[in-house]
Amino acid sequence: MITIDDIFETNRMITENKLDVRTITMGISLRDCAHPNITKFCQNIYDKITKSAEFLVKTGEDIEAEYGIPIIHKRISVTPIAIAADACETDTYVPVAEALDRAGKEVGVNFIGGFSALVEKGYTKGDRTLIQSIPQALATTDIVCSSVNLGSTKAGINMDCVREMGEVIKRTAELTREQEALGCAKLVVFCNAPGDNPFMAGAFHGVSEGDKVVSVGVSGPGVVKHALEGMKGADFTEVAETIKKTAFKITRVGQMVAREASKRLGVPFGIIDLSLAPTPAVGDSVARILEEMGLEACGAPGTTAALAMLNDAVKKGGLMASSHVGGLSGAFIPVSEDEGMIHAVSQGSLSIEKLEAMTCVCSVGLDMIAIEGDTTAATISGIIADEAAIGMINNKTTAVRVIPVPGKKVGDTVEFGGLLGYCPIVPVRNQYSSAAFIARGGRIPAPVRSLTN
Amino acid sequence: MKLVVTIVGKDRVGIIATVSSVLAENNVNILNINQNIMEGFFNMVMIAEMSEDSKLQLGELQKILKAKGEEMGLDIKAQHMDIFNVTHNV
Repeated sequence: MITIDDIFETNRMITENKLDVRTITMGISLRDCAHPNITKFCQNIYDKITKSAEFLVKTGEDIEAEYGIPIIHKRISVTPIAIAADACETDTYVPVAEALDRAGKEVGVNFIGGFSALVEKGYTKGDRTLIQSIPQALATTDIVCSSVNLGSTKAGINMDCVREMGEVIKRTAELTREQEALGCAKLVVFCNAPGDNPFMAGAFHGVSEGDKVVSVGVSGPGVVKHALEGMKGADFTEVAETIKKTAFKITRVGQMVAREASKRLGVPFGIIDLSLAPTPAVGDSVARILEEMGLEACGAPGTTAALAMLNDAVKKGGLMASSHVGGLSGAFIPVSEDEGMIHAVSQGSLSIEKLEAMTCVCSVGLDMIAIEGDTTAATISGIIADEAAIGMINNKTTAVRVIPVPGKKVGDTVEFGGLLGYCPIVPVRNQYSSAAFIARGGRIPAPVRSLTN
Repeated sequence: MKLVVTIVGKDRVGIIATVSSVLAENNVNILNINQNIMEGFFNMVMIAEMSEDSKLQLGELQKILKAKGEEMGLDIKAQHMDIFNVTHNV
């Protein structure tokens, strides 16, 4: 029997601690849309997306109202366009991005992801066309997100692509300089990218997925922080137990929303991504959880250990709450999207090197970090190579989403708006060049731990 | 469908009467009422049942209750009960 206290506790989690479901993401395969004529291809994908996701937003809003749980975003992910459009006889996929943008806006979603290429081992013609189209595509569209997977534990790291992506990020920043290089906030570079991630900017509908699928990404840093506020001085066994119990509740809500959305849309349930996804709002921060554990400021020695424990406890608690767990599943540390991280960078307690260490033990990577606009492409490539190496060796997903904002220097702040937040320019140790290292190209061979058979 | 109606606000005469008459008018059956008053604040939870073939949608009932609540200076919510089941029952 549910008690009056249980009911008020749940509603307090929602109203005061900002428990929400971050996203319902519908994955849609575009493999059946291939056509040599790009105009016909664009029509095919527009038709398939608008037909498949016609009721996605309405369904999300209905569930939100009936259960009283906020569902912040409704999103779509599609088959990586480099695969779906490989047959097109064209030298640019910008019209494809525009078709995705139109289709996403038609059905009213917040983002559509999948302007993507998977090139950890090599390029096809479609992969090359896609990567070259990214800057223009992100400059001319609003809700399209792009990702490139350039490394994996199984295949190693494609260093040609590492070099190219440094340049692509710079060009994207240049083409969207009027909007503080916003294009780069919609572009992420991965190692070990999962094909069932519902979170942006890295969502795409993996090639091993079914025709359509519904996945849910949960949130809830505020709820975890609140639970820990009552645990002052408790030892880590107790802290971990509390996080597990809280993560269980958060994930159960996500599972319920996913099951209901799947039933109402007539689309199979994919996975729950049990990530702690922060927002720039006060009280919704992963950094503040780490500080609640006893660190004076996020970035102080001990931060990596605190994050490792948090990340692991969230997974343990969430696992039992969902029938299928997947995606990125861990704690996110996007700097501009987390009020506590922004504060930590502003006061100088958190550096990019500490963030890199933190990415070894949490779900993704160097995320939403604004850097000086004159950072060279080779330095950005060096950052990408380091992150990809962490992912490759540790058999985990890592990513880089840095934003070299033209004209901005350390001491300036950039504003991206909405969930993307704002960020002081983070200093990068770039007085020493990575150019000769990045210019080598080729492939870093797969590590010995890839040989598991 | 089972609903949970929660009412929070400053205590006054007639809260239960008003809310239960709204539910009765809309053919929603009350199964359980639980309330307490702490420092003059009224907290109440009703478990109610809305028949599956009800003409009224939950969304409409929520609007009616919200409007009633605003008239009386109360925060009234109606939610599908499953959200509480999943957060408190394994």
